[in-house]
Amino acid sequence: MNELLKIKNLSKNYHTKQDETLAVDNFSFDLKNGDFVAIVGPSGCGKSTILNILAGLDTKSKGDIILNEKNKIGYMLQQDALFNWKTVLENCLLGLEINKNLTKENKDYVLDLLNTYGLKDFINSYPNTLSGGMRQRVALIRTLATKPDLLLMDEPYSALDYQTRLSVSDDVYQIIKKEKKSAIMVTHDIAEAISMADKIIILSKRPSTIKKIIDIKLTDKSTPIKNRKAKEFGYYYDLIWKEIDHDV
Amino acid sequence: MYSLEHKKYLQKAKKKNFLIKLTQIFILIIFLIIWQLLSDYKIINPFVFSSPTKVFETIISLHNSGDLYNHILITVWETFISFILGTLLGIIIASIMWWNKFLAKVIDPYLTILNSLPKVALGPILIIWVGAGMQSIIVMALLISTIITIINVYQGFTNIDPIKIKLMKTFKATKSQIYFKLILPGTLSNIISCFKVNISMSLIGVIMGEFLVSKEGIGYLIMYGSQVFNLDLVITGTIILCIVAVIMYGLVLYLEKKLIVNK
Ligand SMILES: Nc1ncnc2c1ncn2[C@@H]1O[C@H](COP(=O)(O)OP(=O)(O)OP(=O)(O)O)[C@@H](O)[C@H]1O
Ligand SMILES: [Mg+2]
Repeated sequence: MNELLKIKNLSKNYHTKQDETLAVDNFSFDLKNGDFVAIVGPSGCGKSTILNILAGLDTKSKGDIILNEKNKIGYMLQQDALFNWKTVLENCLLGLEINKNLTKENKDYVLDLLNTYGLKDFINSYPNTLSGGMRQRVALIRTLATKPDLLLMDEPYSALDYQTRLSVSDDVYQIIKKEKKSAIMVTHDIAEAISMADKIIILSKRPSTIKKIIDIKLTDKSTPIKNRKAKEFGYYYDLIWKEIDHDV
Repeated sequence: MYSLEHKKYLQKAKKKNFLIKLTQIFILIIFLIIWQLLSDYKIINPFVFSSPTKVFETIISLHNSGDLYNHILITVWETFISFILGTLLGIIIASIMWWNKFLAKVIDPYLTILNSLPKVALGPILIIWVGAGMQSIIVMALLISTIITIINVYQGFTNIDPIKIKLMKTFKATKSQIYFKLILPGTLSNIISCFKVNISMSLIGVIMGEFLVSKEGIGYLIMYGSQVFNLDLVITGTIILCIVAVIMYGLVLYLEKKLIVNK
């Protein structure tokens, strides 16, 4: 498998009036095509910062990010940020509209995604009529609409209650696998990371450096909910729990 | 379709509403009757306090001389112009401020000063600078409505959820795309609620202006009445002004309902 993304010695300094904060220090990582990687680490260690830099929303202080020109990045934020004056479909077409790429073909692709992932009856509804889980799915389809090769997700389910969270993460996982995307997901939830990712990057306290990278190998790997029952699950959970710096 | 309980609930609500309306009309009628009686029996000085019948007679005579509609039309026209100009100007300036945060920071204290200044104090200067005519009246109204619009609309712009701006940026949106696809539509309800404030502000400005300079309009009618000590005319003018204000406000409310389909 070829590499989709190479990150070399990435560092990020934030400057404020009071202080200078080194948020990320010497972060290096290569992502293979089709990989699903989770990043876990203590609160405030710089996880969002890494994603923001990868998505081009923030500048890096040092280091190199090598991404093939052809490969597009999609970013799914923690909040769904749906526009309440646009219908579900219009919300999903936002990225295409901005990139002036709103072709019939692309629109059909979005409609297809909406139909496939349980939003068929809500295409022309406004977001305020949707449940939290549905909103998050709309947000994912909005990201997928521009056909990114790499999906960045920053705690995509943390606004959801536990039940919804489980079922939506199952859906999202299947969408990502079916559409053959690569993904980097930041999460606070160790169980979620183990159940979804092929690889887990554990970050240290700020400035975040890589503490450990763990390959997740589960017997009979299938959907996230089923993966939680795998016999290695507990082992990985303990392993990661011990590695993360806990403040309390 | 509805259950009996729900029907009863609806009926009750309807009845309550009707009762409120009825009481409101009743109060108005009682007020008019008492006013008339007090004036008829000279308990209050009818020359100073006028009376409903005298007001009615004044309206009839204004109607007969044909002046009434001219005065109303002039005031409405001036208000309309000021409202449109003030709103547009306010939105444009707020947009420029959003676009250029440096400029916004620079003019912020000046806006605060202008906003807290009682604009009527500028009247005498305006007459000299702009001339004693309709221009002064409109400039006066603009001063009042534009500044408040700038402040309200700009606040709406800056209240847009930063997450939504971040989202736009994840799609590599340009600044003008962020403005037209997010900021402006996202602030639409603020802007429309500004209309309500502005129509009142414009009318206040126009009447203030008419007090100062004009030869026509409802403000002039009131001013003229007070100068010749015709209190019937003053009170009639004020009542007409009330009615005009209510109608214009109602129109804006109607517009608001039409424009905000989904919120
Ligand atoms: N724009 C900024 N200016 C200054 N400092 C910042 C900025 N953004 C983040 N930081 C600081 O950088 C550090 C890392 O922030 P970041 O948001 O990446 O953490 P995180 O790992 O995503 O945290 P969380 O788990 O709470 O989401 C924090 O200490 C934060 O205070
Ligand atoms: Mg974060």
